[in-house]
Amino acid sequence: MLTIKNLHAELEEEGKQILKGVDLSVEAGKVHAIMGPNGSGKSTLSYVLSGRDGYSVTDGSATLLGADILHMEPQERAAAGLFLAFQYPVEIPGVGNMTFLRTALNSQRKLRGEDEVSAAEFLKLVREKAKTLKIDAEMLKRPVNVGFSGGEKKRNEILQMAMLEPKMCILDETDSGLDVDAMKLVSDGVNALRDAGRGFLLITHYQRLLDHIKPDVVHIMSDGRIIKTGGPELALEVEKNGYADLLAEVA
Amino acid sequence: MALAQARIDLTEARIAALELPHGANWANEARHTALTRLRAMGLPTARDEYWKYTKPAELTVVDAPKAALFDPGADRRVFEDIDRLKIVFLDGVFDAAQSDDLSLEGLEISRLSDVLKTDIHWAMDLYGHLETHGQDPVARPLAALNTAFATDGIVIRATGRVSKPVSLIYLHQSETSDAVLHHLIRVEEGAEMTLLEQGPAAARFNKCIEVDLALTARFHHICAQGRDHARRAVTHSFVRVAEAAQYKSFTLTCNGVLTRNEHVIDIVGDNAVAHVAGAALGDGKRAEFHHDDTVFVTHRGEDCESRQVFKKVLRNGASGVFQGKILVTPSAQKTDGYQISQALLLDDDSTFLAKPELEIYADDVKCSHGSTTGAIDEEALFYLRSRGVDHSSATDLLVLAFLAEAIDEIEDDTLRADILLQLELWLARRRG
Repeated sequence: MLTIKNLHAELEEEGKQILKGVDLSVEAGKVHAIMGPNGSGKSTLSYVLSGRDGYSVTDGSATLLGADILHMEPQERAAAGLFLAFQYPVEIPGVGNMTFLRTALNSQRKLRGEDEVSAAEFLKLVREKAKTLKIDAEMLKRPVNVGFSGGEKKRNEILQMAMLEPKMCILDETDSGLDVDAMKLVSDGVNALRDAGRGFLLITHYQRLLDHIKPDVVHIMSDGRIIKTGGPELALEVEKNGYADLLAEVA
Repeated sequence: MALAQARIDLTEARIAALELPHGANWANEARHTALTRLRAMGLPTARDEYWKYTKPAELTVVDAPKAALFDPGADRRVFEDIDRLKIVFLDGVFDAAQSDDLSLEGLEISRLSDVLKTDIHWAMDLYGHLETHGQDPVARPLAALNTAFATDGIVIRATGRVSKPVSLIYLHQSETSDAVLHHLIRVEEGAEMTLLEQGPAAARFNKCIEVDLALTARFHHICAQGRDHARRAVTHSFVRVAEAAQYKSFTLTCNGVLTRNEHVIDIVGDNAVAHVAGAALGDGKRAEFHHDDTVFVTHRGEDCESRQVFKKVLRNGASGVFQGKILVTPSAQKTDGYQISQALLLDDDSTFLAKPELEIYADDVKCSHGSTTGAIDEEALFYLRSRGVDHSSATDLLVLAFLAEAIDEIEDDTLRADILLQLELWLARRRG
């Protein structure tokens, strides 16, 4: 699904190397988690993959279903099946959530050469998906993320994911700012999307999210590299002993 | 203070090139006093404080700069699906053949050129009166010129609730037309009407409208200034708002080498409301674009509310100006005044100049004003793109979001949707 090889990237403005050779491969149907201390490059990895301005790739590659995504525009990456759930979902005053969702869905379909979804079809679809995420009609009407609580913003991200049905989902610290109930709602939303044709990459600081969304593979990232890969037990080890032991181990 | 010789020359040259129409005694007198006002003030020059940000030369020069005609082809016309009473002006001249019958329940509609020949008419208490009043404290010589030399226009008196909007359609078919139009509107107690305007009117257009709202009268005004690139326009709206009356105005401007829209609103009664809003979209790629909104709201009554909401989206060297003032006189306690002017600059070449002013002489009032100039929100742009929306569509979506506050000033859902659709089409035509 997603294959990252020797990926090097730097912050354009400062010329500072953040990713120093990331190797990672997420298979279809699998959930991978990346854990790591602050500043290890986890979020940068998600930005570089989704095409945010301000980063330049200096070496390596990233492909999605065999297609080189690093040379695509962000919208082309989305149409190719990549989805990033933002750590801090952006507020867009003046743009209604429904308009936003419909524009996104139809833009992707257009880029893929598919027919647009009719207003009626769209409405049916969005109502159905919103209901399971406990997103009410009022939230759908409001401008995108404006005045949403932390939990509402994250649920809105998952709603977008459910509507757009991407092939590869990257969730950047989706657990941050969530209380127990919201965590459960969001996790249920993600779990409902798990299927054999879809890959997940969860970026998180804590084991907690992984209690709800069970990963198949856990990676530990430090200083711009994956330093250790293992099963779910690796996350438990981090939770118990912190990162210090692991970092010392590979040093 | 004596006028500088250059200003006198400029003014006299312009006056000499115009013909003072002859009509009823009261009309002739109104024109002559307007001419006297004009001579006393002189036409504006770039040295005037009030014209610091907009060069008036093309509006004052004797011959109108030539304006290439614009063909919108089969594109949708604004208001085309709205049931309305159509009144057509061709290069500033009333066109009876293309207009509807000038009759509608609750309205008396006449042509200005006829009214000004009528010995006794209610309009004699309005023509030039609000304009004269609006000359203080700031001179508006182009409006005095208009009162003196206006050749045509429409005169409307609303006496009840009117079933559909009156729609003024300005068609422009001469590259050198130079129109001076003057409209008079009086909305009587308890009456309500909507006035629509569309089109560029002429290669050069000087329009003045005087609106007199009686007790509890309501007036809605929506103006779309056409898509012509090369035209120049100066417009003045003089409005008097009596007790518990409501004035709501919105102007959409897409394209236009030069536009100066002045709004002079005098709230004289208590519990009255005046909202004036505008959305201007300028793209300097095909032709220059300069748009100036100049607004002066005077509060005299108690418990009144005024709003000024002006938004501009500028690119490729387009320039925008906002000069807005709220004057609260000592009698206008409990005034609620709001003024916002914002520009979204889509590149580094475009400019926005704003001069927001408050002058308050009452001690129990609420007035706020704000002005911002900014670029597109890169975070929001990336968010949209990461969801699959291409760069230009995402930009357009953010542009519409930015304009929303001004568009929302249009109260009627159908008219608001119509204006929004025109905007979307305008943006779509510019997409890559």
